[in-house]
Amino acid sequence: MSDPRIMWRRALNYVMLTLTGIAALGVVSVLFFILGYLIWNGGKSLNWNFFTQLPKPVGETGGGMANAIVGSLKLLMLAALMGLPVGLLAGVYLAEFGGKTFSFVVRYTTDLLNGVPSIVIGIFAYSLVVLPVKHFSALAGGVALGMMVIPITVRSTEEFLKAVPGSLREGAMALGASKWKTIVTVVLPAAKAGILTGMLLALARVAGETAPLLFTAFGNRFGSPGFGQPTASLPVMIYTYAIAPYDDWHRQAWAAGLVLLGLVLVANLGARLLLNRGGAVRSV
Amino acid sequence: MWSVSEGSHATAAKLAPKVPMNETRSMASEKETPVRFQISDLNFFYGPKQAIFGLNLSIPVNRVTALIGPSGCGKSTFLRTLNRMNEIIRNTRVEGNISLDGQEIHGMDVVNLRRRVGMVFQRPNPFPKSIYENVAYGLRINGYKGRLDDLVESSLHRAALWEEVKDYLHKSAFALSGGQQQRLCIARALAVNPEVLLLDEPCSALDPVTTAKIEELMFHLKDSCTMAIVTHNMQQAARASDFTAFMLDGKLIEHSETSKLFTTPKDPRTEAYITGRFG
Amino acid sequence: MSATATTIVNEVPPQAGPRAFLRRLRGGDEIAHLITLIFAAGIILLTSMLVYELWVNSHLSRAKFGWMFFFTKVWDPNFDNFGAAPFIYGTLVTSAVALAIAVPLGLASAIFLSELAPRKVSDVISFLIDLLAAVPSVIYGLLGIFIVVPVMRTTIGPALINTVGNVPYIGALFRGPNYGVGFLTAGIVLAIMVVPFIISVSREVLLTVPREQREAAMALGATRWESTWKVVVPWARTGIMGSVFLALARALGETMAVTMVIGNAPTIAASLLSPGDTIASIIASQFTEATGDLYLSSLIELGLVLFLITFILNGLARILIVTTERGGGRPA
Repeated sequence: MSDPRIMWRRALNYVMLTLTGIAALGVVSVLFFILGYLIWNGGKSLNWNFFTQLPKPVGETGGGMANAIVGSLKLLMLAALMGLPVGLLAGVYLAEFGGKTFSFVVRYTTDLLNGVPSIVIGIFAYSLVVLPVKHFSALAGGVALGMMVIPITVRSTEEFLKAVPGSLREGAMALGASKWKTIVTVVLPAAKAGILTGMLLALARVAGETAPLLFTAFGNRFGSPGFGQPTASLPVMIYTYAIAPYDDWHRQAWAAGLVLLGLVLVANLGARLLLNRGGAVRSV
Repeated sequence: MWSVSEGSHATAAKLAPKVPMNETRSMASEKETPVRFQISDLNFFYGPKQAIFGLNLSIPVNRVTALIGPSGCGKSTFLRTLNRMNEIIRNTRVEGNISLDGQEIHGMDVVNLRRRVGMVFQRPNPFPKSIYENVAYGLRINGYKGRLDDLVESSLHRAALWEEVKDYLHKSAFALSGGQQQRLCIARALAVNPEVLLLDEPCSALDPVTTAKIEELMFHLKDSCTMAIVTHNMQQAARASDFTAFMLDGKLIEHSETSKLFTTPKDPRTEAYITGRFG
Repeated sequence: MSATATTIVNEVPPQAGPRAFLRRLRGGDEIAHLITLIFAAGIILLTSMLVYELWVNSHLSRAKFGWMFFFTKVWDPNFDNFGAAPFIYGTLVTSAVALAIAVPLGLASAIFLSELAPRKVSDVISFLIDLLAAVPSVIYGLLGIFIVVPVMRTTIGPALINTVGNVPYIGALFRGPNYGVGFLTAGIVLAIMVVPFIISVSREVLLTVPREQREAAMALGATRWESTWKVVVPWARTGIMGSVFLALARALGETMAVTMVIGNAPTIAASLLSPGDTIASIIASQFTEATGDLYLSSLIELGLVLFLITFILNGLARILIVTTERGGGRPA
């Protein structure tokens, strides 16, 4: 105990270990800070009008973001329609059919696509959908978001399918089921909870994306029927309102931020609960 | 009275079939039991590794044939060649003849073969569906158009499970105990009315009471079904089977009526195994 | 009997050959295989199209500026003169600041979660940290504008100028006018955004370090910290590097939060307090107002550059993480 070297080593031990704990708690507290701050600020400005009214012209107070809420839902629907089937089927390929080399290439490309910055996806959707027709549209935004949905869905689908025990596949095939019948009637149902959760998380992630929408769906002060016109969305609204110099817009941005964060966090929590309760794969 | 097949040398493997084949057949005719599966010169490879060497065996109709031997002797592999389940595994190779009722199984439609030859696995593997849907599964995928309810009920009766589950048909199969799950898997296999039932160590995950139930069940099924059971439990083979085949290192060492094999084994290796000196 | 012996070979896929193929086509297996294969190949096609579109649409800019694009410091839409240097600089500086904060913070947290915290506590905290990663970028931007920027302007900025700003050499980083927005602010916000990635990947990697490694060090009389820092962390260092690369790729491509707090000025300045722009933020703030084909083409070329950088970093990160998780790192 009296040896100063040992004293020093012990002190260092306690200091460093305490610091790691402080670091972890510090990072976690950021989450609670964000939540608390948004609830405090957003809660004040959130009212029924926010969900039902269109934005008011500059200078007038009040109004809401009904158009952005509808727009976000529309964009998500398009993204789901385009991205989820591709992701699901490619995931089935990787888990059930894939050979070695080609699967590796597909997996690698999927991860690459997952890592592409969302703004670059935006440029792609712009050149693919906006440039040819020369105007922004919900469709272009949907393409951008759909592309981001694909890689997340592929990887989660593959992962949960691979967790289905081989004995279930054997059981079905021993009864004379062909491979695809086995997949459709036994393997996919067994992995259903996990796959749906993965899809939910994918949609939750793109629901908050702003960058790929800036020059695809663009924005709109009004409601926009159909899918061929510029369309407002919650994240883009938050951006434009936050950088504008009007206090009332800032209040609206906080409200929108609270709604968006609430949706994203609820989806994530829900996914977690779904997985914990039912188990990703209901195995024997 | 028994068939012996040794294939320790390549030449021996080629020469061996004739003698035991005839013996097997003479035995069969003597007992007047028609043959359901006739296996001749069967070789099986996992990639470059050979797992079964020149195996010859006949499995008689409506009898229980037990396959015994130390673990890794190829008995499960052999069982899985009978309904071509090994084809799921890549890089495997089969040589030789396996005929079911005189028809070579490798020329058959595999779906049809597996409908005729049901299988029950080592661990119960019910699907994550209701009890009812588990039993109906084979019927549905085979496009059965008749009344499912009756067939589900009769299959569960045949698997001696009906009384225990009749009030819970639409509950999840996972709610059942392990033994019940295994009988459910038997019912699932029986629903498509197979001629043969392959049982791959069906009791290894079960307690003695449940094991007794399944053995009793096998006894009753003999009226309508040919069975081949792989087991590492010699008492089970002795109790539940009519014929027993002893395998060692991928070769069939001895095959005869169960009572004879366990009382007067011909091969010293069989004797060593059944008296517990190895394996 | 033995004369009619047949040989069945199960190759990859089982039962190849045109007849077997036709049979399985009827059974639906080949159709299902084909359909899923088409969608899997679709992902490759889509990614190739992405690269192709970026390449083709940046043609004007590439033809006019060539390699000089990367070294030109001017971004002047009025005279159709475009250079990427300010944005490359801004991207590198903000990412460096972000990593300087996020790596120690993330590594320390990961050590706490894998070495000290009980498994249940660790799992709960990890989940909360994963939630932090799920918070949309624009929300970080919102908080950045209304909390971090004012604090930087009124408190941290002046404090830095008055203290570190007077130190020779390093002081150059903290001089000049202080607007609240700028490289440092963007770096801080980025740090908070990428730290969850460092934590979750590093924690996983640290958890794969064998128990015996820890026990061996402790048995030699090492303190807990010494065994962690001198044995466990070096063992996992390749994987930790991987997590840093992943975080870096994230930071380089991060758009909204940065755009909202960096000040949007195409400048190269030594001071971290100066406003600037990153590749992603210039695209976000100017793409819709880009008039003229060359202007747009230059922005798209910036997108191409960003794509290539993240492509390389993601590849490196993957290799590093896979190497550690497979065979474990080498003890230092």
